[in-house]
Amino acid sequence: MSTAVDMPHFVRAKQVEALPPPNLARGPIAWIRENLFSGPFNTLLTLVVLYLLYVSVPPLLRFLVIDAVWTGTDRAACRADTGGSESGACWAFIWDKINYFIYGSYTISERWRVNIFFILLGIGVVWLLWLRAPRRDLGAVYFFWLFPVFSYVLLTGGNESFSARFWLGFAIFGSLVMALFAFVAAVLKTALRPALILGGGIVAFVGLTLAVVDFDFGLTHVPTSLWGGILVTLLVATVGIVVSLPFGIVLALGRRSKLPIVRMASVIFIEFVRGVPLITVLIMANTMLPLFLPGDMTVDRLLRPLIGTALFASAYMAEVVRGGLQAMPKGQYEGAMSLGLNYPQMMTLIVLPQALRIVIPGIVNTFIGLFKDTSLVAIVGIFDLVKTIEASRIDPNWAAPTIGITGYAFAALFYFVFCFGMSRYSLGVERRLASGQNR
Amino acid sequence: MQTVVSQTSPPKKSFLYDPKVRGVFYQVVLVAAVIFLFYVAATNAIENLQRAKIASGFGFLNNTAGFDVSQALIPFSAAGSTYGDAFIVGLLNTLIVSAIGIFFTTILGFVIGIARLSKNWVVAKVAMVYVEVLRNIPLLVQLLFWYIAVLGSLPQPRNSLEMGAGFYLNARGLFMARPIYASNMWILVAALLIGLVGTFLYRRWAKQQQEQTGRQYPVGKVTLGLVLGLPLLTWVVLALAGVNPISFELPRKGTFNLTGGMQILPEFVALLLGLVTYTAAFIAEVVRAGILAVSKGQTEAAGSLGLKPGQTLRLVVIPQAMRVIVPPLTSQYLNLTKNSSLAVAIGYPDLVQVFMGTVLNQTGQAIEVVVITMGVYLTISLITSFIMNIYNRRVAIVER
Repeated sequence: MSTAVDMPHFVRAKQVEALPPPNLARGPIAWIRENLFSGPFNTLLTLVVLYLLYVSVPPLLRFLVIDAVWTGTDRAACRADTGGSESGACWAFIWDKINYFIYGSYTISERWRVNIFFILLGIGVVWLLWLRAPRRDLGAVYFFWLFPVFSYVLLTGGNESFSARFWLGFAIFGSLVMALFAFVAAVLKTALRPALILGGGIVAFVGLTLAVVDFDFGLTHVPTSLWGGILVTLLVATVGIVVSLPFGIVLALGRRSKLPIVRMASVIFIEFVRGVPLITVLIMANTMLPLFLPGDMTVDRLLRPLIGTALFASAYMAEVVRGGLQAMPKGQYEGAMSLGLNYPQMMTLIVLPQALRIVIPGIVNTFIGLFKDTSLVAIVGIFDLVKTIEASRIDPNWAAPTIGITGYAFAALFYFVFCFGMSRYSLGVERRLASGQNR
Repeated sequence: MQTVVSQTSPPKKSFLYDPKVRGVFYQVVLVAAVIFLFYVAATNAIENLQRAKIASGFGFLNNTAGFDVSQALIPFSAAGSTYGDAFIVGLLNTLIVSAIGIFFTTILGFVIGIARLSKNWVVAKVAMVYVEVLRNIPLLVQLLFWYIAVLGSLPQPRNSLEMGAGFYLNARGLFMARPIYASNMWILVAALLIGLVGTFLYRRWAKQQQEQTGRQYPVGKVTLGLVLGLPLLTWVVLALAGVNPISFELPRKGTFNLTGGMQILPEFVALLLGLVTYTAAFIAEVVRAGILAVSKGQTEAAGSLGLKPGQTLRLVVIPQAMRVIVPPLTSQYLNLTKNSSLAVAIGYPDLVQVFMGTVLNQTGQAIEVVVITMGVYLTISLITSFIMNIYNRRVAIVER
């Protein structure tokens, strides 16, 4: 009986020709031959791609740079019938409207406040993202507390002028919190001092925030309906990251918790939010938030999408943080517990510092997504960059055929610069973190 | 004798320190907080709705819609259709743009992902630039850009571009011949089914033969012949016999507009283009990561066994890479489906635009509309992830 397999189909009968020796030639021509024209298929591919480039790149360059209109004060510069050029982008339009694109309708005499907000934001971002910056713990305090509070005062004008009744109520609330902490300490038979310090800290934290918001710095009030442009885009993104990181950490811890109800609540929230498009969340925030509040309370129109995006980003952030928590070896948890640390201590001192460090690239990537998603607030009528461009596009003063495309090209450039920069940063961090692994 | 009775009672510990007690306590607090929140929201909502005199309940789905939709896959008219019909129209529009989008984005994404790994320097760099540019610009901006670029450069219906074979292009969209099916259409469908079943059987047989004898059979050609050739042949035979199962209604050019035929909205084209090119950039990265995850030894081993580069890719690399690729690929498909809701920005009548836009504005029943819309997207997500889990279990590496 022969073997089950018919061998000749598998085995060559004749010796194959030996391959030519490897080409050792160096230099640009050898490189081109090897990389671009190494075979008929490769040559064809190269030629097709080069043709595609030839078809697409020169017209694009001509439109964006060579034929573009750089100066002008109104539509005449960009219309053929008035002696202008229609074949290139109308950058004069962007230049004319640039203040509107940056600040929206923000009161002109108060725009320095927005500039300070941009600077404060830049300081916070650099402090947190530059891995060798000094005192990054203080940076976190700055970014997640001081900066939001001061920005709020700067941008709105602060001076909420809470009534005396409000402060009385806060005093009662504060003493109740202190009493609660003291009571818990007494029941648990632990030292009173740390409990009081903790309670006092929370009350002082809230009180100070409220006091700053309440204080009259002499800034005029600027209603949020006037805000717009890049200011709003950056604001939505900033609020998203400031809220979503802490909230996402809480959700991630909840999802990894041993308590079934806590875990279930986190899972439901995360999976629900991740399962629906952001627009539906924004429309929900827009239409349903006012319904859920008592009739005499209104939510600021800008605040609604802020809440929507913050919740949305939290769910995605939670999944990123969960990845970091799961990547921690079990020994870290066990080591912390064997040292007698309780759950908050174990998390804040041992696990989270390591887990968050390894997910920095993931956090930045989520943030890139969040930054791009901020453009969706335009759909619910908030004047972010995209919406201001939409609005300027139909300005009769600038009625020219290339205006729309120029506007969107500007928006695309803006988003690209930010997102590309962030993605390079996250790649760099990834490489740095990986370099510790390969000894 | 004295007996020493050791009274070693356990050290007194407050039950408050028991982790179980604490766990129960925390969860009770959480549940109470959530219930309280829902209670407050519900009472406020009921009160607000009563004050605004907005009806509640799902009865509105049976009310007459009173608006028109520019693209409806089921018969829809302003006078005769209900909000429920509008919901179905929107849902079908979302599904069709997602399905077509997923098909094209998969092809484009795989091509670009493989191109990024090409040894050809120019090809790899162009693919990289594509991915970086498309990934870092918001989809909304791209959609608006496509919409203007597509719509803005097209002529008015009067001077439509005639592209031959019944295709016309103008600012109202792409017009083409509409197929009209005769009653003997079932013969063609049957031919197609026979072709499919035949292909399946032939492939199984060919695989068996190859495993037993090593002889390879022309599977690709036979598949093509059975799936495409058989129905085509049937069609030609039927047409020659004078009982053509499919005839075409061509769009006719009137003075101001085109009548008849089939119309594809420019919004649809713009949305499809935007979704396909945007998602393809992400899929390309998924594919690249998947292929890189197959260790180099696999390629080298395949080469040393004498497989050609094409065979190496098809028989060794891709089957292993698929295991890594498929889960993130599915989440990209879901993203595409969810992103199709951006249609609202350019006016394509998808679920969000029709239902959460027009219907919500007309009825004011925010809670019901939001719940239904989110429910649809959630259902799609859950079904997909359910199927995904089954697939993952099937392709998981079988450990010995």
